[in-house]
Amino acid sequence: MLRAAAREWLADRYPPERVARLADSDAGWDPTSWGELAGLGWLDPELDVLEHAVLAEEAGYALLPGPWLSSVGLALPALGGAPKRPTTLAWADDAASRLRDAATSVACRADDDLDGWRLTGVKRAVPDVAIADEAVVVARTPDRVALFRVDLTANRDAVHPLSTVDTTRRLGELRLDGTPAEPIDAPAAGALTSARRRTSALLACEAVGVTQRALDLAVDYAKTRTQFDRPIRSYQGVSHRLSNVYAALQLARSLAYRAAWCVSADDPAVDEAVASARVAAARAAVGGCEDAIQAMGGIGFTWDHPLHRFYKRAQWIAAFDGAPAAHRAELAEMLFAG
Amino acid sequence: MDFRDTPDEAAFRRDLRTWLGSALPADWAERDPHVGRWDFEFARTWSRRLFDAGYAGLTWPVEYGGRGLPPTYQAIFLEEIAKADAPDHVGVIGLGMAGPTIMAHGTPEQKRDHLRGILSGDTIFCQGFSEPGSGSDLASLRTRAERDGDEFVVTGQKVWSSYAHVADWCILLARSEPGSAKHRGLTYLLLDMHAPGVEVRPLRQITGDPEFNEIFLTDVRVPVSKVVGEVGGGWQVAMTTLLHERGTLGFALTARLEALFRRLLTTATKTGASTDPVVRDRIADLYVDLQALRYTNYRSLATLVKTGVPGPEGSVAKLHWSETNQRLTSLAVELLGPDAPLSGAGAFWGGYWQYQQLRSRGNTIEAGTSEILRNIVAERVLGLARSR
Repeated sequence: MLRAAAREWLADRYPPERVARLADSDAGWDPTSWGELAGLGWLDPELDVLEHAVLAEEAGYALLPGPWLSSVGLALPALGGAPKRPTTLAWADDAASRLRDAATSVACRADDDLDGWRLTGVKRAVPDVAIADEAVVVARTPDRVALFRVDLTANRDAVHPLSTVDTTRRLGELRLDGTPAEPIDAPAAGALTSARRRTSALLACEAVGVTQRALDLAVDYAKTRTQFDRPIRSYQGVSHRLSNVYAALQLARSLAYRAAWCVSADDPAVDEAVASARVAAARAAVGGCEDAIQAMGGIGFTWDHPLHRFYKRAQWIAAFDGAPAAHRAELAEMLFAG
Repeated sequence: MDFRDTPDEAAFRRDLRTWLGSALPADWAERDPHVGRWDFEFARTWSRRLFDAGYAGLTWPVEYGGRGLPPTYQAIFLEEIAKADAPDHVGVIGLGMAGPTIMAHGTPEQKRDHLRGILSGDTIFCQGFSEPGSGSDLASLRTRAERDGDEFVVTGQKVWSSYAHVADWCILLARSEPGSAKHRGLTYLLLDMHAPGVEVRPLRQITGDPEFNEIFLTDVRVPVSKVVGEVGGGWQVAMTTLLHERGTLGFALTARLEALFRRLLTTATKTGASTDPVVRDRIADLYVDLQALRYTNYRSLATLVKTGVPGPEGSVAKLHWSETNQRLTSLAVELLGPDAPLSGAGAFWGGYWQYQQLRSRGNTIEAGTSEILRNIVAERVLGLARSR
């Protein structure tokens, strides 16, 4: 029911033409959609990661632009609940590239002045930083790594948008220079672990949605496109390629759902489940979009066709917090340790 | 979707583990893996013990000697026997194909005469579908069944028939209407393998094992009472058989693949390859393939339990398993380095991996080639109509 309602709303409000317009716009999203999402219940505090997973898959299918996933995936654990305003998490800097490292090693400094905490340092590759109202920032106090809230609306000059291949989910830098911040009580390690698991599981589900859309686009095309007086669907060079995409999609879907379930149940296998899902989902989404582009010939290679936008999102997901090879290295560690 | 056992399932799993621990020899877990196929009589004796302990036909109705349990219990059973590296029940064709088909389409007499023997291992079934000229294009088969009073007289040749050399019965697909084409005019018969006119010749395969056979049928008389379903309606009945072949396969195959994967880890450690980052990357990749298969099976099972029919996601299980098994066994052989070309006693684990690797090449051919399975996905799931 949740899925059907989300799909219907997304199909109505975010057809590919509108997503393309937003993706090519300065803002990269429609700021009024935050209120719409809240009205639909996407930000309800009682939603569990299993429900977020369903919404993430549908959001991936539509390529919904905006900071929803950053807010409910990355920022939520630090805030102890779904944020009221668009919020992101800034963890990466010169001392920490992966989320798993940020709780122990971080370059950004936090100093306690007489008038409150101030942060100094450059946070890199911050998702949605240009459209978020608030950022949770990981920084080092004199005695520990801690989390801080930075009001981005009041500190606009700290935000430096970067040009991103996927313009529906952009990255930017946060250049902090004595920027005022509010400390968060939640211990950094727990919140960052939770953020890593949640976001990875949700991105795996999003990748499943992306793959499903790429497959649907290519299948529809193969049914109507005619060459040598026959629809190209009748050529096994085309149909078997798409069967392979379907297989990879179903396999990735199984692991993505399982990862979400393991996060929700706090299962002992959660890190294995999340890493496996990331590997399978990246393969299905990136490979699936590439196969779809090939199956569609020149059309799939054009800017006008929506397919390239899904491909770029797939690549974004594959690169988030470590490429698939990094996740496989983690799996190998677990396999040979146990 | 909850992946955990219910309390009843957990109790069943615990009892089964205890039983396996007592039924298998004490040093079973420590021995090197078994190379090649199990000796038939050993496997038959083991099947009898499974039956006596109530582990044969878990999902079959009680009236046919089964336990009438939901498919989740069969999945647990297959996981646990693979974990223990216990032999399979010898009646794979009977349990997976003949039995379900007889239950779905058979007469009361056929059910009475054939089902219980399948479970106990007393009756061995083989399959007579493929022919030298009819492989993927099964419906082109030419074995004739001519009506003569209360009997059919069957003449023709079947091939790729596992267990035919020890089988008592054969599920046979033959053309009963002369001149009929393709799917029409076929009849599904239960043929007595001990009847006059049946000759079985072993077919040696790539591993050197005679796992398959050719069956030559010359004027073999089959009573009309052994027709399953309608005369001339054999294709529909055969589809039930093939559905069950692929449907029940998933869990058994995944569980066996898991055992192979654990041995791959052991092999990597023993050969010193486990510190090589390239090997670790490939092993982790295979692990993801294995996990994907396992959880796709669970998802199909959930669909099956909920709706009674397997979901479309199940159609990828055999395709994915066969290719994963090929990659896994090839990597294992590669890890043996200069010893990779050896076989027999001088080889690592007595040539276990070399055997597994060669056998795996059949996986993408048997029970529907990968090409046929991709056609099925393309046509029935994606709606990409017939490829010719």
